Parts: sequence; structure tokens; C-alpha cells
Amino acid sequence: MSKNTITLIIDGTKVTVEEGTSILDAAKKVDIEIPTLCHHEDLCVAGNCRVCVVEEKGKNNLTASCAAPATEGMDILTSSPKVRRARKDIMALLVSEHNTQCTTCYRNTNCELQTLASDYNVDNDIYLSVLKNNTTIDKSSWSIEKDDSKCIRCQRCVRTCAEIQHVNALAVTHKGHEMKISTFMDFPMNEIVCTNCGQCIIHCPTAALTERRYYDDIWEAIDDPTKHVVVNTAPSVRVALGEMFDYEPGKIVTGKMVTALKKMGFDSVLDTDFSADLTIIEEANELLVRLKKAFVDKEEVALPMITSCSPGWVKFIEHMYPEHLGHLSTCKSPQQMFGSMVKTYYAEKKGIDPKDIVCVAGMPCAAKKYEANRPEMRDSGFQDIDAGLTTRELGHMIKQAGIKFQELPEENFDKIMGESSGAAVVFGATGGVMEAALRTAYAVITGRPVPFDNLNITPVRGMESIKEITIKFEDCVPEYSFLEGIEAKFGIAHGLTNARAIMDQIVEGKSPYVFIEIMACPGGCIGGGGQPIPTTDEIRKKRIEAIYAEDMGKPIRMSHENPEIKEIYESFLKVPLGEKSHHLLHTKYRKRKRY
Amino acid sequence: MTTHINKLGYIFSKDCECDDILKNTLAKTKDEVVSELIKSGLRGRGGAGFPIGLKWKFTASQPEEVKYIICNADEGEPGTFKDREILTQVPKKVLRGMALCAYVTGAKKGFIYLRGEYKYLVPHLQKNIDEFHEDMKKFNIDLNVEIFLGSGAYVCGEETALIESMEGKRGEPRNKPPYPNQFGYLGKPTVVNNVETLASTMIVFRLGADVYNNLGTKDQQGSKLFSISGDSPKEGVHEIELGMSVADFVNEFGDGDTKAVQVGGVSGFCVPRKNFNKEIIGEGNTTGGSTMIFNSSRSMYNVLHNFLDFFAEESCGQCTPCRVGCQQLLKGIEAVKAGEKSPKYLDQLIKLSKTMQITSKCGLGQSVTNSFTSIVNNFREEMIY
Repeated sequence: MSKNTITLIIDGTKVTVEEGTSILDAAKKVDIEIPTLCHHEDLCVAGNCRVCVVEEKGKNNLTASCAAPATEGMDILTSSPKVRRARKDIMALLVSEHNTQCTTCYRNTNCELQTLASDYNVDNDIYLSVLKNNTTIDKSSWSIEKDDSKCIRCQRCVRTCAEIQHVNALAVTHKGHEMKISTFMDFPMNEIVCTNCGQCIIHCPTAALTERRYYDDIWEAIDDPTKHVVVNTAPSVRVALGEMFDYEPGKIVTGKMVTALKKMGFDSVLDTDFSADLTIIEEANELLVRLKKAFVDKEEVALPMITSCSPGWVKFIEHMYPEHLGHLSTCKSPQQMFGSMVKTYYAEKKGIDPKDIVCVAGMPCAAKKYEANRPEMRDSGFQDIDAGLTTRELGHMIKQAGIKFQELPEENFDKIMGESSGAAVVFGATGGVMEAALRTAYAVITGRPVPFDNLNITPVRGMESIKEITIKFEDCVPEYSFLEGIEAKFGIAHGLTNARAIMDQIVEGKSPYVFIEIMACPGGCIGGGGQPIPTTDEIRKKRIEAIYAEDMGKPIRMSHENPEIKEIYESFLKVPLGEKSHHLLHTKYRKRKRY
Repeated sequence: MTTHINKLGYIFSKDCECDDILKNTLAKTKDEVVSELIKSGLRGRGGAGFPIGLKWKFTASQPEEVKYIICNADEGEPGTFKDREILTQVPKKVLRGMALCAYVTGAKKGFIYLRGEYKYLVPHLQKNIDEFHEDMKKFNIDLNVEIFLGSGAYVCGEETALIESMEGKRGEPRNKPPYPNQFGYLGKPTVVNNVETLASTMIVFRLGADVYNNLGTKDQQGSKLFSISGDSPKEGVHEIELGMSVADFVNEFGDGDTKAVQVGGVSGFCVPRKNFNKEIIGEGNTTGGSTMIFNSSRSMYNVLHNFLDFFAEESCGQCTPCRVGCQQLLKGIEAVKAGEKSPKYLDQLIKLSKTMQITSKCGLGQSVTNSFTSIVNNFREEMIY
């Protein structure tokens, strides 16, 4: 259908927009801000909070500007006395059913309801409190806390879980004054299909959904002189943490972050990128073994192989496609490889009893908390990772330590396990694991670097929902001559709705790929559920740009060239997929119910 | 005092003649049928009162192949029980109304969205539907009708919530536009008509548009079923020409001690005794046909409390003004009654109900102010002491 344009008047200014544009978006075009709560640019229109109401001249009832399309000749007032009174009234109603203990709230100063209530100076005493007294905070999940007393029923979480993730763990239940956001049969959060991705958290306007916080435990460990506390931070944290300290999105703060963590008292500040490189070595080799089994030995082997770095994605496939777990790479995620290496290799090298080591991970992710607590993740003989912190929690801890982040000098990660390649950095963006894997796999197969300018495999980059790339292997080294002339297709998906599309292809036997990268969150880890709020497409893109800038700045760009990786194989692991690797770096998955 | 109540018997007259009416009507062109309906002045009898001719015309003009007709039999407005009577006594008329709508709009699939509590009517209706399918062959009307049982939420009487519930979703009103005529059941153009509206089309074409239009008043034409309940010796369903004053109505149906009449169900207005002569039923108030009569033994505080309790529970809960507003109104009058809030707080609540009226997503929240304001303003003393 061809798009016609429409001209309307907003607050006396003529605006011309495409047919189908909402009044809200039309107003944005002429820099008129209309307040919203249930609206989120990532999600479909709901029109249920009603704070975005505007007056259409000639009509008695107000119009929800997010839900109403602009029509020709409309004359809209966005701030008439009638509108302002109604908006303030609606905000007062929202406040009256809200737990207004803002000073003790995790989202204090970063809450959309609080901001609006403050802008409109809502009087808390106008209406009686209709806050339910009997709500308890659901802390059953390792990753996500659900506090209904903070919920404004905007349903952003419900739409996120349905539209972006296709999980539908959260839904609206009951009606009228009992209407609430709940789970299947009101089950606690740890007993449902929730993947712990945390997308609901970063889409929640208030603190109704937050990550379960562990920083008090970490402070306790830091303060305990008998403990050696190691922290490692994921690539996406360094390109987003700055947002917690008033930097523009996309600012790279690696050096300041390292300095801050050292100042806070961590005994060793290391880089998850090291184990990302390790993951690539193991995963690329696993893929080559599977290909050899399929092409040379003619064995039954699960192809395409799919990445397993994203714990939200792993739990998703366990629930939704339990019969297809064979496609998952058996590699642990970089976080968990890091943990098992710290409590074996690192402990041995440093001469520290692993029982005295506390290993903390700073992650852009909510699901990492859950992953750290999976019973499978104890191969070092201890819980490999003791706690996963989100980027937000790290930001809070830095503030709690009284550190002026912007003023900090820049320092480097400690050794050992602090060195990484650019390939590890790009893990943070959708397509990054694929790019890193291809840089190494291609080199192993052909003995040459991937045939892309500066090793930048641009077709796998960007926010397109499902990306693919075809690579032809020519002049292979003798060991991989079975791949000679083969054109292999690789697929990349981010967001679980896209993951489902990829999986449905596999179930139908129609998948064209040999290897697939799947990340649970839109944009990959840089858009993870543990990242600073807000996270929008514009912000995701800026974080992604920063990731690739960091990659380009690295002297080493391929995982297998990282000297610390070479060292760990020489002195500890011996060979990829070897006995030690198998024991410490690989894992198993479990079939889960789909309720 | 003379009584100006014109009791009629069109709706419940025997079904047998409606095949003849249908036959004659089908001889007209679609445009003629629509024009006559518009001329007759027949409006939706569910409560909102949208002119039926326009509704059909708009749906007929949609270019899409697949269209639907839904007969809204989710009669949930407290104090309304007329649709049940129609479906019990004269289901043929309703089905013929649907056939006519199918002829005009081109729909081939129809549903009767039956209130869950009316489940006992299913065998009776199904028998009539089976006969209908057989009968329509001779008229060349290809309309398959199916019964869909509602699940009990009041808000599902709202046409878009009804459609959502039919699609297997939570019964919540949609954002409008688009309206069902354009984007209805499964995204297809859909006519949603109340039971009585469909049956009334048979009266329009029996009497002719002009005669029908002459019934009633300037605002409201035709005849109307009233569900009369409360303090009345003549409780029940009565067909009456629109346009009588509340005074006439009370003289006919009251018990001699009538204090107030709630016109249009809990979503309608409360008329106090002093206004009985001023208010004409059907003018400026809703057309659902629920009339509750209260005598002087009734506490209007209790009446309002009961209404608000109902709304606070039956709001779907999605939009703020309705979900929280209904609770605030309920808690508010309790607090005033208990002396915890000053009587002035009632004025704040009236303002709130106006906010609900202009900002709520659907008719439920928008119409709470009707009963609230009319009861509080007219019986303020009873709210306080």
C-alpha cells in the first residue's frame, strides 16, 4: 500500500506525517514531548496507561496519542487545561496504587513514574491509597525479583516477553482491582518457563521487575581478609557502564572501570574476554569435529551446531525444544569457562587454595546469575562463579564506594587471564561470536586469515533480525581437505522470537546452516537484561559501534593468537577438546517442561 | 394525571410472519435496505445507540471478501434481561435479522455470542439455528451461524472486548479506531449488533421505515424493550414506545412510593423524584432498557456502593482511569460515610469521575460518571449521613 501523507495541527503548528503515524510520533516531529508510560518504542501499542492523552478540538473525550493515528485536518492540543488536569489526575491514580517508598527503591532516580509524578508535582494525598497490603516480593528466581507493589500494570513486560522473546512467561491475570501481572497458575518465578533474560527488567518503567541483587555478598567477601576475590567483566559492560555515570551511550570506559574495580578492593581484576577467546578455540574445534564426523566419517551428528554462550537462550531451548539439545555446542559460556579456570588454572599458578577464591562476574545479563547457580557449573570442585552482577549493580557498587568515576585514571587488567583479542570483544554484539569463530575457523581450515578487509566480517554485523553469510572454503590445509570447495552457510539470530524462527527451521529439517549464533537479547549482550536503563535501539547501536571500535584498537584480532591462550593450552589444557577441556570447559543440558 | 405509556407488542408477536417480511425485504436492493434502516431511525439497542443503518452500510462498503456478523447476546448490564426473553420467545426474528445483515454486508459467517449464564438456552437456540440454515436455502442466503459461549466478564459486552474474547484472548477492549466494521473478528470487517437490534429490523420492515420512525420522539425512534426491576409490582420485560417521561413510567410501573429510577442500568443515570417530569426516557440517556425502580425504603448510598463494587470488579483493569478510578470512587464514598474524609471529598470524586469519562479506553470507565454523579448530586445527604 502506498503511503499517503496527512497534515494536522498540533498546538497550533502544522505537521505533515505519513498515514498511520500516531499523534504521539507526529508531535515528536515538531519537538513536542507528550508524557508516556505504557508506550515503548520496542513494543506494540497498548494505550492503557492513558497519561499520553491529548485534546482533539471538537471532541469531548480525550484521545490516547500513542494509540490514535493522526488524521487529516486534526487539531490537537497537547497541553490544554483539560489535558493537564486529566493527566495529573491519572498520575495521582497511578501513585495511589503504587508503593511510594521511593527512597529505598532500587530504581530511585531512574523511574519513569517518579519522573512524571515529580514533573507534574502530583499530590500524594489527593486520593486514598489502594495499594494492596498483601503483596510479597517474589525472590524465588536467581535472576529476577518481582515486586507487584511497584507495578503500574502498563504491561510492557508482558509485551516484551511475548513479542521480543516469544516466551510468554508473564501475563495479565484477574480483572478489575485484582488485575495483575502474573505467571502461569501464579507459580513463583523460578518454576516457570522464564529464561531469566531480563528483557522485562529493562522494559519496566518502575522497579516492579528488577534483577536479584548480590552486591552485599560481594562487599562481605571483599572485606574478608581470608578471601581472594576475583572479578571478570564481559565485553558489553565496558561500553555501557559509562551510562551509569552520565557518559553518552557508546563511551568506552574499560580503563576507568578496571581502576574503579581495583579501588573497590577486588584482589584481581580480570577480563571475561580471555575466556571468550578460550570459548572460540573450543567451539571452533567442536564445529570442525562435527563437520568431520558428518563429511568424512558419515556419522550421525547434530548439525547445524548452535552457540551456547547466552544462558537465556540455553534455558529457552531447554524448555521449548528439549528434543533438539544436541544442536547446542557443549561449550560453557565464557563466564563459566572463566570460573572453572580461575578455580583450577589460576589457583594453581597463583598458589591459592581455590576454596578461598571468590569469583565474581560483571555481566550485561540477568540470566548469568541463574547460570552461575546451575548445578552443572561446579566442575572445578567448587561453584565456578560465585556471583553474577549486572552492569547496573556494578555501577551502584562504584557509587557506594564513593568513587568519582569520571575522574579516574585508566588502568589495565591484571594478569593472568587478563589478555584478550579483538575477536573476544565483539562477542558483545549480535554476530560477534560468529565473527570471532569464523576468524579462527577460517584460519585453521585454510591457513589464511578470513578474506575480509581488516578481518571485519561486516555481513554478520548490524541489527537485522536474522543475518546470514556464506563462506566458500578453498585451498584448505590437508587436514581439512574434506571442506575443499564447500560453500557453508552461517546464521545469526538475536532475540528469542528470532531464535524460535531459526529453531522451527531446524525442527522441520529445513535449516540451511552449518553453524548458528543465537543471543537471547536484541542486539546481543550489549542489549542484555543487565544493562543500564533505558536501552533503546539508538542506544544499542551506539554500544555496538563502541564494541567494534574497541576491536579495531586491539593489537591481536584473532582468538588463537592471544598469547595467554597459547600459554594455557601449553601449560594446562594441552589440546582443545582434550580431557581437561572436556571436564572443565564443556557441559550438559537438560530437558525442561513447557508447562 | 393521564398516563402516556404506549405499550406495544411488536417484538414478541409470533415469529411465523418473519419469513414473509424477510422475503419482501430481500426483493429490495441492498442500498434500499440500508436507506430504509437509516430512515427508520433504528439505533443499537445494546446501550451505545449507534444507528444500525450506518453500521451495516459501512461494513458493506469494505472491499474484503470475508466478513462476520456477531449477535451480541452477552447481556451483562445489571438489571437487563430482555435479550434472554427475545432469544427464548422469538429467536427466529433475531436470526432473520442476521440474514438480512448477511444480505447487505456479504458476510457468510455469523456468531451468537451468548452470555455464559444463558447456557441453558443453547439446545433451544441450536434447534432454531438448524432450522434457520434449512429455511435460508430457499432465500439463497448463505449464512452459517454458530453459538459462542461467553465466560462471564461484564466488559465482554463491549464489542471489541467481545471480539478479543472470541479470538481466545483476554477479553479487553481494543484501541479504537480501527472499529470492528473495518478491523473486527480475526481482523475482518465485522458487524456487532445487539439481540434486540437485530430483532427490531424485522419490525422496521414489517411496519415500513416511515411508520417506525413516527414511533417515539425526535431523539429516539421506534419501540423498545424495557427490563423493569426493583420496587415494582410489574417487574419484567415490557415493550414500550420510546419517549415517555419518567413520571409516566413511574405511574405505570412504580409501587406508589418511588424515590428514584435508574435508567440505562448501572452505566446509566439515576433520576430522582424531583426530576420525574423533566426526564424523558430515551432522550439524553442510554438505550439499554434497564430501568431499576427504588422506593423510599432504599438507601441510595447502598445502591451506589453496590454499583461501584460491581465496576471495581468488572473493570478489565487495563486502563488506569477505570481500574484505579473505580476503586477510588468506592473507597472514597466509604471514607466519607465513615467520616474519614470530609463531605467535600465527594466533589473531588465527581471531578475524578469526569476524568474517567474523558480518558478511559472504553464505555465502561467512560460511563461510571453517569450513575456516580447523578446519585451523589441528587442524594448527597444520604452519602454523608
